[in-house]
Amino acid sequence: MYRIRFHGRGGQGMKTASRILGTACFIEGYEVQDAPRYGAERRGAPMFAYVRVSHTTIYERGVVPVPDLVVVADASLMAIPAAGLLTGCTPQTILIMPPLYAETPPLPFPGVHLTMDMDKIRETQISPSHLSSLWAGAAARLCGIVTETSLLQAVEEELVLLGEEAVAKNRQSALFGWRLMEAHTGCVTEKREPSSKAPPPEWIEFPWDPVSMSAPAIRSPETSRGVITGLWRSVRPVIDDARCGKCWWNCSVHCPDSAITVNKEGAPVIDYAHCKGCLICVEECPRRAITVRPEERDPEKGDPP
Amino acid sequence: MRRRLLTGNQAAAWGARLSGMEYAPFFPITPQTEIMETLAGWIDRGELTGRLVTLDSEHSMVTAAGAAAATGVRVFTATSSQGLLHAMEMIYTVPGWRAPFVMVNVSRGIASPITLEPDHNDIMAARDSGFLQIHCATCQEVLDAILLAYRIAEHPRVRLPVLVNMDGFYLSFTREPVIIPDAALATRFVGAFTDDDTQFTPRTPTSLGVAVLGGTPYSYFRYQAHQASLNALEIFEESAEEFHTLFNRRPLLIEEFYSEDADIVFVMIGSFATKAKNAVMELRAEGWKIGLVRPCLLRPLPIHAIFKALTGKKGVAVIDQNLAAGRGGVLHGEITGALYGRPGAPPTITSFIGGLGGRDISGAEFREMAVVTHHAMERGETPPPRLLFTQAELASVRKMQATALGSHALPTKTQKGEGHE
Repeated sequence: MYRIRFHGRGGQGMKTASRILGTACFIEGYEVQDAPRYGAERRGAPMFAYVRVSHTTIYERGVVPVPDLVVVADASLMAIPAAGLLTGCTPQTILIMPPLYAETPPLPFPGVHLTMDMDKIRETQISPSHLSSLWAGAAARLCGIVTETSLLQAVEEELVLLGEEAVAKNRQSALFGWRLMEAHTGCVTEKREPSSKAPPPEWIEFPWDPVSMSAPAIRSPETSRGVITGLWRSVRPVIDDARCGKCWWNCSVHCPDSAITVNKEGAPVIDYAHCKGCLICVEECPRRAITVRPEERDPEKGDPP
Repeated sequence: MRRRLLTGNQAAAWGARLSGMEYAPFFPITPQTEIMETLAGWIDRGELTGRLVTLDSEHSMVTAAGAAAATGVRVFTATSSQGLLHAMEMIYTVPGWRAPFVMVNVSRGIASPITLEPDHNDIMAARDSGFLQIHCATCQEVLDAILLAYRIAEHPRVRLPVLVNMDGFYLSFTREPVIIPDAALATRFVGAFTDDDTQFTPRTPTSLGVAVLGGTPYSYFRYQAHQASLNALEIFEESAEEFHTLFNRRPLLIEEFYSEDADIVFVMIGSFATKAKNAVMELRAEGWKIGLVRPCLLRPLPIHAIFKALTGKKGVAVIDQNLAAGRGGVLHGEITGALYGRPGAPPTITSFIGGLGGRDISGAEFREMAVVTHHAMERGETPPPRLLFTQAELASVRKMQATALGSHALPTKTQKGEGHE
C-alpha cells in the first residue's frame, strides 16, 4: 500500500491535489482512500490530506502515521511544529517541496528530499490557483503507478464543475508537475508496518484530578497571544502612514482578531504575529490607506519566522 | 451501476436520492453539512426533484420531518452531535407518532469540552428513543443502509423512523470506492411509500401524539412501539435478502470477521472496526485465533445473532467508542446483558474505552487488548475497564494545563496512580 500525505495551508488546494491523485489511482484500478484533515477555522492555517492506494481492500483509517511520500506546498510550514510535516518519516520516505527558506536549519528528515523548481513554474505563468493539479501531477509521477492519460482524466473528473477553461489550465498544470518529476519516476516505494514492530502502548492508571484542573477551563489570561495565528496569513495588510487619517477606530474596531491597536500618537498598528490576513481592515478603511501585499516573512522586522 | 470515489456524506446523499426522497428539512452542522450541500446542489442543477428546506433549529427540523412523514411523504434528514442533542425532545417524540423516515447522524463527540471529531456519545443519547439504529463501517454501507432503512421504516409491521450512523471525518470526509446502484433497481427495492394510515388530507384531519392520562394507555402505546422495533429484526433479514438478490451485496445484522473458529473476539461498532480487521489479520498471521464481531444494527439489538456469534468464545474484548459517565462503555453493557445466563456464554468479557473525540486506536493497542483479554482468560479474572490513554498523552494534557491554568494551577505533585505502576 502507498501512503501519501499532502501538507499545505487551508486554501492552497492540497485537498484537491489529494483527490486528483486518488481519482487517478482509482482510474488505474487501485483501491483508494483519501481524506483531508483540518480544524475549525482554517483558511491559511496548516492542514493536510492523505491518500492510501492499495491493490487490495484497505483496512486502515484515519491519518497516515508513516508516509511513503510527503508533498509540501509551502516551505513556510516548516516553521510550524504543529503542522507535523515530517511526522513518521523514515529513510524510505520521499519529500517533495518548494526550496527551503535561506535561514532554515537542515531538516531532521531521514529520507530522500526533492525540491520543486518554483522558478521554472513561475516562468510558465501557471496561476497559483492551479497549483493543486501541479502537485498532484508531481505526486503521481513519483509514485509511478499512474499514466498521463489517467492523470488528465482525474483532473477533469475532479474539476468539471469549475468549467472548461479551468479544467484545461489545470490539465496543463498537472502535466507540468508530471514532467518536472520525470527523473524521479516511481521512486516512491510501498511499505508495510506491522504493529508487532511497534512497542506496546504505555497505558496508565488514569489519575483523579481536582476540579480546579480537571474541567476544561482556561484561567490564565491572554493565552491566545501564545498562538501565532499570523503564520496563517498568505497576504498582509500594510498601513500607509501618509494616507492614514488617524481616525483610529475604523480598522481597529473591525479587526475580528483584535490585532490592530492604536498607539499614543493615535496611529493604528497591526500586530503581524496575530493578523490572519482577512483584509476586513482594507475594506473598512474610509481613506483606502491600507494596501495588500503578498506575504513575505522578515524575521528581522519582528515577523514570526 | 457505477463504482466511484465518494465521501460518506456524498454516499448518504446518494442514498437519499436513490430512495426517492421528497422532502428534506435541514439544519447545518459539521461534519454533516456536506450531505445537505450535495442534495441542494443536485436540486439546484435540476438533477433531483424534491424539496429541501432549512429550518431554524434541529428541534424544528425533526418536528417537520416527523410531521411530513406522518402524511405519507418520503422524508430524509441528517444531523450530528449537538444538533442531535438539540433535537432530543422530538427524537423521543416522533417515533411515538409512528412516523417513518430516515435520518443520518454523522457521529461527533459532544460537549463539554466541545469538539469536532467523532465518537458515539451523540448517537448513544438517542439509543432508547424508538428510532431504529444502523451503524455503518464503510461509505458503501452508508448508501446501502439508507435504501434498506426506508424499506424497514415504512414496513407496516414496523412504521418507525431509522437513524443511520456514520463516523465524522473517518467516513464523512473520507472518500473510498462506492458502488452507486442503478436508479431503477433502487426504486424497485425501496418501493412506494403507500400506507393507508398516512392518507392525511385537510378533509380527514388526524391528531398525532395525543395526551393520555393514567398509565394504562401510556403503557400500551409505548410497548406497541417497542414491539414494532423488535419486528424490525425480521423485516431487516427479509429486506436484506431481497437487497442481496438485486444488488449482490448483503446488508448484515452483525458482521462476523474471522470469528467462527476464534477463541478471542473483538466487539465494536462503526468505522473503527475497519482498524480491528487489520489487527485481526496481523494477529492471525502470527497464529492467534482471533476475530471481530461487529453489530450493524444496534436498535433493535440483534440479541440472538450476537449470542450465536459469541457463544463458545473464551474471551471477548468489547471496545466502546463512547463513555456513559458513571457506568463505562455502553456497548459493553449491551453485550454482557445479551449474553448473561445463557449456556456457552464467554466467561471473560473485557471492557475498553477508546477513540473518544476521534482519538486514534493504533495497531499496537489492538494487539495489547488481545493480550490483556488472553491473560484474563488464563487467570479467570476480568480486569477493570480500561481507557486507552498513554503516558505520553497525559504528558501532553499536563502541558496544556500548564498554559491554561498558569499561576492558577495547583502546586504540582504527582497524583496518586499517575505513571507506571
